[in-house]
Amino acid sequence: MKRIYVKEEWCLGCHLCEYNCAFANSGQKDMATALKGKPIYPRIHIEGKDAVTYAVSCRHCADPLCVKSCIAGAIARTDGVVTIDRSRCVGCLTCVLVCPYGALAPGEDGAMQKCELCLQNACGAPACVAGCPNGAIVFEEREAEA
Amino acid sequence: MKRYVIIGNGVAAAGCIEGVRSVDPEGPITVVSAEPRPAYCRPLISYYLEGKAAPEKMNYRPDDFYDRTGCRVLYGKKAVSINPAAKTVTLDDGEALPYDALCMAAGSAPFVPPFEGLDTVPEKYTFMTMDDALALEQATETPKDVLIVGAGLIGLKCAEGLSGRVKSITVCDLADRVLSSILDEDGAKTVQTHLEQHGLRFLLGDTVVRFDGRTAHMKNGGTLSFDVLVLAVGVKPNAALVKDAGGEVGRGIAVNERMETSLPDVYAAGDCAEGEDLSCGRRRVLAIMPNACLQGRTAGVNMAGGNASFQNAIPMNAIGFFGLHVMTAGSYTGEVFAEITETGSKKFFTQDGLLKGFILIGETQRAGLYTALIRNRTPLADIDFALLRQTATSAAFSASARADMFGKVV
Ligand SMILES: Cc1cc2nc3c(=O)[nH]c(=O)nc-3n(C[C@H](O)[C@H](O)[C@H](O)COP(=O)(O)OP(=O)(O)OC[C@H]3O[C@@H](n4cnc5c(N)ncnc54)[C@H](O)[C@@H]3O)c2cc1C
Ligand code: SF4
Ligand code: SF4
Repeated sequence: MKRIYVKEEWCLGCHLCEYNCAFANSGQKDMATALKGKPIYPRIHIEGKDAVTYAVSCRHCADPLCVKSCIAGAIARTDGVVTIDRSRCVGCLTCVLVCPYGALAPGEDGAMQKCELCLQNACGAPACVAGCPNGAIVFEEREAEA
Repeated sequence: MKRYVIIGNGVAAAGCIEGVRSVDPEGPITVVSAEPRPAYCRPLISYYLEGKAAPEKMNYRPDDFYDRTGCRVLYGKKAVSINPAAKTVTLDDGEALPYDALCMAAGSAPFVPPFEGLDTVPEKYTFMTMDDALALEQATETPKDVLIVGAGLIGLKCAEGLSGRVKSITVCDLADRVLSSILDEDGAKTVQTHLEQHGLRFLLGDTVVRFDGRTAHMKNGGTLSFDVLVLAVGVKPNAALVKDAGGEVGRGIAVNERMETSLPDVYAAGDCAEGEDLSCGRRRVLAIMPNACLQGRTAGVNMAGGNASFQNAIPMNAIGFFGLHVMTAGSYTGEVFAEITETGSKKFFTQDGLLKGFILIGETQRAGLYTALIRNRTPLADIDFALLRQTATSAAFSASARADMFGKVV
């Protein structure tokens, strides 16, 4: 399955992926109306220390702890993609307590959000990858180690 | 073909069914379900009372789950004994179910101490099941004064669930602080103050010595009138069937990391079982949903002849009250590191160069990184722990650790 991988040596720390993510999931046609002057709630975020920066989003774990822990049965893994039914989420944060990557955070309405690889929105493929100016985020097939 | 029987039909049972089916697609599975409904998300019952969870969205698995996994579910039936020699389970209607592999996934039951005069209380409830929530919903159709005995997780969640529906809520507990099993004194004080700001009243270090109808006579001499009583003193694991069959039982049913009990071909998972807690190295009942699911799955895989082991169980809780989020994990032993921030506080406990536990209040971002440190027994010497205590970020790890996290299939 194709997943998102990051190359931290290429990341500029420009935060463009965060904006592209928030826009892709806003359901709106124009980036300025969707995002301008508002706090954004992207499903990918930049972390880093000193000169190192990199983008963090859901790893779509083969054996996802979030799925097994959600107290509302809101998170599921289908064909390898870990998705969330936000209408079931009660905002208890158990998934935040178990995800080893820090890949989940509440959205504007308090219900949890996570990267679903843009497969559910109009993009159809990760907007963060398409928009990264330096190729620091890739969407590709990699072998699992035995 | 191997025949499987599962006693109980909660999250541990669902995990067990999935575990069995991941190895054996066809052996018949019979599920004995005392509750008359498919596995549901038990922690949601308080959210149901609050109007935040709709009944049709509370099932743990999709509607076709039991069909798709080929399970026969006996709703409203109870298992009353296990015969390990004959390898049968006897039900309350007398039927004997033969098994090749059996899983006890019977959860726990509310513990009701023998209060004097309890039988004189007209409206009394426990808070464990959907039926309890429905009954409480009905009992609070008109504004009532509520007394909750027990300031633990279940009592306080019940209080939150009821708070918008009732006139007043008083919570009493023999312990001198709220959530005494998961919070230290400072943390408990913060949470209590927050709850008081939302209208709850506490009588701590105090309990009921005698009930007289709708009046409670307290240990500290006071009396209290109420309309509705909720007993949330604690829970006890449903372990009797295994004990009676001669299996090893401590507080819960003793299991190893494969979820095997001391009886051959009998497994146990979830709230009724006690396995090793990695953070303290002793066996403990870990009555939390993630544990039920993971233990259930482990049991299921092994019942079907697979090879699964669950070795990094730790206690952990994410619990919120009126917008204040609290997270706790592991054991509170060793050296303490405390961080106070504008929005909350974090406390970390370390021993032998490892993170052993934490208490986070109002500061919960990416807390899973901390949980992973405990579960993976990551040496703190390998990471920038000072940075990590302030901000949960993988930037505190080495570049090669990060390459494993973000450059590989995980
Ligand atoms: C109000 C409340 C809030 C909670 N909040 C949280 C939370 O926020 N996070 C968290 O992680 N955990 C929470 N928990 C705990 C969580 O619900 C349990 O850990 C989890 O449900 C355990 O699953 P289980 O499958 O082991 O047992 P259960 O869900 O209890 O299922 C066991 C089932 O077995 C049935 N049974 C028992 N004996 C028999 C028998 N002899 N024959 C047939 N059937 C039998 C029972 O009726 C029950 O339906 C909460 C619990 C409560 C009550
Ligand atoms: S949210 Fe976290 S635990 Fe869940 S699949 Fe993504 S990375 Fe894994
Ligand atoms: S916050 Fe929402 S998605 Fe996360 S565990 Fe709780 S209910 Fe599930």
